[in-house]
Amino acid sequence: MPILTETMRQEIEAYTQRYATRQAALLPALHLIQRHFHCVPLAAIEELADFLGLHPAQVHDTLSFYGFFRDEKHPLGRHRVWVCRSLPCMLRGGEQLLEDLCHHLGIQPGQTTSDGSITLEFAECLGACELAPCILINDECHGPLDSDTARNLIEKLRQQGAEHGI
Amino acid sequence: MEFEPVLLRHIAVPGIQNLEVYQAHGGYNALHQALELSPEQVVQMVKESGLRGRGGAGFPTGIKWGFLPKDHPGPIYLCVNADESEPGTFCNRVLMEGDPHQVLEGTIISAYAIRARVAYIYLRYEYGKSYRVLQRAIDELYKNGFLGRNILGKAGFDLDIYIHRGAGAYICGEETGLIESLEGKRAWPRIKPPFPAVQGLFQKPTIVNNVETLACVKHIVERGPTWFRSMGVPPDPNNPRDLGSFGPKLYCLSGHVNQPGCYELPLGIPARELIEKYGGGVWQGRRAKAIIPGGLSMGFMTAEELDTPLDFNGPMRVGCLGLGTAAVIVIDDRTSMVDVLYNSCRFFAHESCGQCTPCREGTAWMAKILARIRRGQGYLDDLDILLEIANGIGIIPGTTICGLADGAAWPVKTAITKFRAEFEEYIRNSRSRQASILAPLTTH
Ligand SMILES: Cc1cc2nc3c(=O)[nH]c(=O)nc-3n(C[C@H](O)[C@H](O)[C@H](O)COP(=O)(O)O)c2cc1C
Ligand code: SF4
Ligand code: FES
Repeated sequence: MPILTETMRQEIEAYTQRYATRQAALLPALHLIQRHFHCVPLAAIEELADFLGLHPAQVHDTLSFYGFFRDEKHPLGRHRVWVCRSLPCMLRGGEQLLEDLCHHLGIQPGQTTSDGSITLEFAECLGACELAPCILINDECHGPLDSDTARNLIEKLRQQGAEHGI
Repeated sequence: MEFEPVLLRHIAVPGIQNLEVYQAHGGYNALHQALELSPEQVVQMVKESGLRGRGGAGFPTGIKWGFLPKDHPGPIYLCVNADESEPGTFCNRVLMEGDPHQVLEGTIISAYAIRARVAYIYLRYEYGKSYRVLQRAIDELYKNGFLGRNILGKAGFDLDIYIHRGAGAYICGEETGLIESLEGKRAWPRIKPPFPAVQGLFQKPTIVNNVETLACVKHIVERGPTWFRSMGVPPDPNNPRDLGSFGPKLYCLSGHVNQPGCYELPLGIPARELIEKYGGGVWQGRRAKAIIPGGLSMGFMTAEELDTPLDFNGPMRVGCLGLGTAAVIVIDDRTSMVDVLYNSCRFFAHESCGQCTPCREGTAWMAKILARIRRGQGYLDDLDILLEIANGIGIIPGTTICGLADGAAWPVKTAITKFRAEFEEYIRNSRSRQASILAPLTTH
């Protein structure tokens, strides 16, 4: 059984129509796959390579360049929470916020809570420095946040259903 | 004379994200005007306006467009650089979320001028709201004949706009890194020449412009180059290479100010006025120790240099790399420059794409040395080693492919030359008292 469904293949095929090469559909396709599986499984890399006329090593070369994609040993939790650590956020307490959230969740940046609800990450400037210190939940920014507000936000997410946020 | 906002003029109008409301406020008049002109005439207007790129390098937009080969059979591509990742910078986001049609109108006019039939908006993934707002606006445009075939009845003017979402890498903002990323590869910047205008996306002539640059194009067409040149700073008569700094600019203000935010002002406002008058001054009644004039890469200005005008030349006159993105970061007098510089070095080490050895190794070692200094295990000699590394990496010394390395070097050079006494004191004191400064949690 192929891991990429017929619907997914159709969507990826539609992406390829936007570009002069099939390879250019790689990033949109990888986003689609990760949204579906919470990671990019090896089997999907092979099938995607085949579908786009590439060698699996080419797909891997691209996806591994971007810190964004996860392999199947490190799947994402239901929500991905990025805490900004760049200078404008640091100046207003970003590093402290990251540390507090690590403590609160009992995990290090890059790890996922054992209930599978939250993956915590550090981020470089999220482009929302007027909201410093800020965090990105999936792809929506929140700020300025103190530790209490951030913890409450995250606890609300944890209680949400199984819907994947990304 | 009170400055009237241009780019942010309609940002607070309820519903301006909708085509109907945007049009009710004069939206797409500029596009109609442009379609009455030939593409060459539009290029000429942009040249005459003196518009310089807002993405960081300040290259004159009309001149860049002029590098496209004449009578090229096509395709020619337009890439809208919406990767906005320079620490301190968020004005593209404000424009895209707040007034997406303004950005799209500028994009359509520019595509018409350079004869592009496809435009890609390379949007950093983190800008989820921008993505949804822009995509909705694009859908509206297709439905109403502003995109697709024979746009607004103009025979032969076809244009598709696609949003291409990134995946979290600062280097995708460098224009050839952006192109490689769009092609589905790792975002390794290309050796130039050939420049993208000659050989860019899919090996075809390509123009890469910043979101704010393209938004300016709309207003230049609507109100004319002379109007555009009435704002800003004319060329310095003593500097034959100065092209002037014309037009409005979105200044981002962040860090230790009372009112961080995005402020639109004519190019050339002094840093002090921006901070005092618009940012409500330094927070908690403190004073500024240092500021960054235009995104982290530009390096530091001291409190004594705050009267520097923020035009394309001002920051250079005080040793900074340039105006950059005009994103001002304020650092108060209670902050340690050691912490600040460590944060900067960590950023660039994390974001170096790794293909040039001086940049990959240089940024990594600068971050390691700063981390060691910060832990209280620095040597006074480290400061000279840092300067030696910083002086050796970048396009300016000629050792790297792209400007990320220059951007990594400038904070180091300016911090250590302008704040050397503070670094020396920190190193001496921390060695003697074996400081228990916590190493950062995230040393990745
Ligand atoms: C490391 C690096 C990162 C950059 N990031 C951006 C960016 O996020 N957005 C941007 O518009 N330009 C960025 N630039 C500048 C682009 O290379 C390019 O000059 C710009 O997009 C051209 O558009 P403009 O002429 O309209 O400014 C970056 C340059 C470098 C060296
Ligand atoms: S200078 Fe640095 S970021 Fe730029 S291409 Fe070289 S290694 Fe990559
Ligand atoms: S530094 Fe955190 S959003 Fe810019």
